[in-house]
Amino acid sequence: MAPVLELRNITKRFPGVVANDGVHLTLEEGEIHALLGENGAGKTTLMNILYGLYHADEGEILVRGQQVDIRSPSDAIALGIGMVHQHFMLVPVMTVTENIILGAEPTRIGPFLDRRNAAKRIRELSRTYGLDVDPDAYVKDLPVGIQQRVEILKLLYRQANILILDEPTAVLTPQEVDEFFEVIRTLVARGNSVIFISHKLKEVMTIADRITVLRRGKVVGTTTPAETTEAELAAMMVGRTVSLTVEKKPAEPGDVVLTVENLHVLDERGEPAVRGVSFDVRAGEILGIAGVQGNGQTELVEAITGLRAPVGGRIRIKEVDVTWSSPRHIFELGTAHIPEDRQRDGLVLSYPVRDNLVLNTYYHPPFAVGFRVQGEVIDRHAVRLVQEFDIRTPSIYTPVSHLSGGNQQKVIVAREFSRPIDLLVASQPTRGLDVGSIEYIHHRLIEKRDQGCAVLLVSSELDEILALSDRIAVMYEGQIMAILPAEEATREQLGLLMAGVRPETVQEEGGRT
Amino acid sequence: MTAPEVAVEAQPQPPVRRAFWRQAFQALLLPVLAIVTALLLSSVFIIISDPEVVALWREITVAPGVALAASWEKLRLAYRAMLEGGLGNPALIWQGFQTWVTTGDATQLVKSLEAIDRTLVYSTPYIFAGLAVALGFRCGLFNIGAEGQLFVGALAATYIGYSIKGLPLVIHLPLALAAGAAAGAVWAAVAGVLKAYTGAHEVVTTIMLNYIAFRLSDFLLTGPMKRSGFNPVSPPVEESAWLPKLAPDPLRFHSGFFLALLAAYFVYWFLWKTTWGFEIRTVGANPDAARYAGISIARNYIIAMALSGALAGLAGTSEILGVNRFMAQAFSSGYGFDSIALALLGKSHPTGVVLASLLWGFLRAGATRMQSAAGIPIDIVQIVQGMVIVFVAAPALVRFIWRVRAVQEEGETIFTRGWGA
Repeated sequence: MAPVLELRNITKRFPGVVANDGVHLTLEEGEIHALLGENGAGKTTLMNILYGLYHADEGEILVRGQQVDIRSPSDAIALGIGMVHQHFMLVPVMTVTENIILGAEPTRIGPFLDRRNAAKRIRELSRTYGLDVDPDAYVKDLPVGIQQRVEILKLLYRQANILILDEPTAVLTPQEVDEFFEVIRTLVARGNSVIFISHKLKEVMTIADRITVLRRGKVVGTTTPAETTEAELAAMMVGRTVSLTVEKKPAEPGDVVLTVENLHVLDERGEPAVRGVSFDVRAGEILGIAGVQGNGQTELVEAITGLRAPVGGRIRIKEVDVTWSSPRHIFELGTAHIPEDRQRDGLVLSYPVRDNLVLNTYYHPPFAVGFRVQGEVIDRHAVRLVQEFDIRTPSIYTPVSHLSGGNQQKVIVAREFSRPIDLLVASQPTRGLDVGSIEYIHHRLIEKRDQGCAVLLVSSELDEILALSDRIAVMYEGQIMAILPAEEATREQLGLLMAGVRPETVQEEGGRT
Repeated sequence: MTAPEVAVEAQPQPPVRRAFWRQAFQALLLPVLAIVTALLLSSVFIIISDPEVVALWREITVAPGVALAASWEKLRLAYRAMLEGGLGNPALIWQGFQTWVTTGDATQLVKSLEAIDRTLVYSTPYIFAGLAVALGFRCGLFNIGAEGQLFVGALAATYIGYSIKGLPLVIHLPLALAAGAAAGAVWAAVAGVLKAYTGAHEVVTTIMLNYIAFRLSDFLLTGPMKRSGFNPVSPPVEESAWLPKLAPDPLRFHSGFFLALLAAYFVYWFLWKTTWGFEIRTVGANPDAARYAGISIARNYIIAMALSGALAGLAGTSEILGVNRFMAQAFSSGYGFDSIALALLGKSHPTGVVLASLLWGFLRAGATRMQSAAGIPIDIVQIVQGMVIVFVAAPALVRFIWRVRAVQEEGETIFTRGWGA
């Protein structure tokens, strides 16, 4: 039998880069085929070609043995190809039913919507596939995991049977990922085929039937989880062997650098987000703050870096009270900040690399003499940092918007690490990055610690917290559940704390050590 | 802050910037195509503006050649008139020049230069006002109130110009210019302060400030600043506050044009060579990142607005001190509003604004001639201008028409942020 989908020799060129170079890929019926590769390896381009958003320069696409020409997403949908994008395409103020029928509204008599029938079909579909979704709920009220199911229902409603899932687990909590995998298994059990795009090795090994690895637009190889290992996959992705564990010496904590005392911070809507948090971070140690996203970590970091005024409590950096200080004053005290949303806060995307490398130091000598910007000094500084931090960019004048996520993050790290700092606040420093970049950033963080810098690491990736931290604080609903020494902490224990459970075995140390 | 250490070994050199001409070509390609497209489309309007030609088109099935020939003749006449009205006739200029060299009689030369004189004189306030709006755009501000700031600047310059007597030019002229700039700056800064501290959107506040400026000018010109006599105009400005003329009568070319070019250079230098400019551009390009970098958004809104207002004020001032030498109620003819188009066409870059202003000055000068010589309504030029803006604002359309591939622009320009931002 012919495969459900076959891509032959797909080549797509963009000015200056070959995004896909003679890519072959076959998808059998009922198969979960993982497409693995670093950011910029060409996974998304390939899928956009399949979905009709781009047109390949060379090569052919066969659906069930028939050669097809896909010129737009509606062609793709007509062929039964559906795609769930990394960023959901849902209208928050509409109900699940309304979102699903959007663009394919069923009508009775003239222009009148046949909502009841649609809701009935959606209910049936969600029962068949074990997707527990209320058709009448508003999307804005649903957790992210359920929203994803709505996206999948949308495809099933349109009778897609080749499902492309682009980084579907990036937004999910560990428990949600497990549930999501169940959904995928049900999907293929009922005759659908899935292309699963990811850069997370563990997930790919768990869920995929076959794995195709892309690197720099080319297929490196196709394998199965049984035949390979995570380390081997990582090496295929990156093109060299990578260490998946972070090696570090025991910490040598020095003086207290950052002290947070009974801090209270409100969120955007004026609701309490941080409720009485106390801790301190010493020179030469990494304090990891674990927790499911949205438990006050963002507001805590913003308060420490001066971006959000606290409503109560005290923050001191090196014995200087900075509770009400401006971001600039806090920077000047030797604080570096790797912000959670690098594209919104950390970079000016339209600026060239060189300007982003002095984004918060532009006014300081030698980058400026008085009010005059010293272009040549900034150029030399940029050339040096691009080399030292291995930032892959065509030139220091290239806008950072043209760089991959990993290289954008390197720009921020290079900027923050290139000045003398005593405190580093790193918020989700590796989110959305590929293996190679994660490895790189982790090494840099440890290096900074070993140089005697106090590091506050906020991450919702438990693996990252466990790999890097010397002490681990768990945040839940704006409070710190416990602060544990890293060597005593286990995944299970932290998982329970993250869920707000205080078991007897978890001893609360109180705010300060 | 550490100084970048000077490496002992070979210091890596920054790569050479992209070839200047390639950059210039890319920057100019789309605006030029937009202008060409607009002119082509305007041709249709020129043809249908003439009833005789339209009548011939009705007979197209009988005598197709006649209609086409008449249309072609019409267009030839129209665009020739426009060129002669905006740039002059090169043959006449050469002749005039020869006569002047051989006989010393400059009358013919001066006459032949009238067209280009008009273009340059019209361009001057456009450059100032266009720079004003462009500078606002760079900070993410949509200063729609350049017209009002221009009026206020003109009022202040006029007042200083006629009320102080007996000063030497070197003191009186700078004083009048400074007054014009300062008045515009203060007027615009009101909107800046409101935006910075209350979040009031500058589009709304500057529109309102426009009306206040217009009525203020009406009041002053009919009352406190009215010269004796019947007309609501100000007393004449003292000669010591005039922007020196650089050409003999009847030419009006004055030093304000060079002042405008100087202002363009200043804006370039300020935005790209100073830390203040870096802050303004950062706030405009990404306010969140600006805040992260410790830049005060409020402060930069106020500074950018004030500078923008100062430039708009100078647009009015240069008209008063360089051309009119007194102020009348409707002296501006919408320079401040056209300036929004100029900033867009010039991609908020000083060089672009200067080029766009020269084009606008040329179109205006040519329009008059087109009407008198070819009988084409002066409004056609507004259609041309309108269509240039449409095509500049919709680059995808121009690319589609001319099949130009999208190039990734280096350092995209951010004109302004959304309403709520």
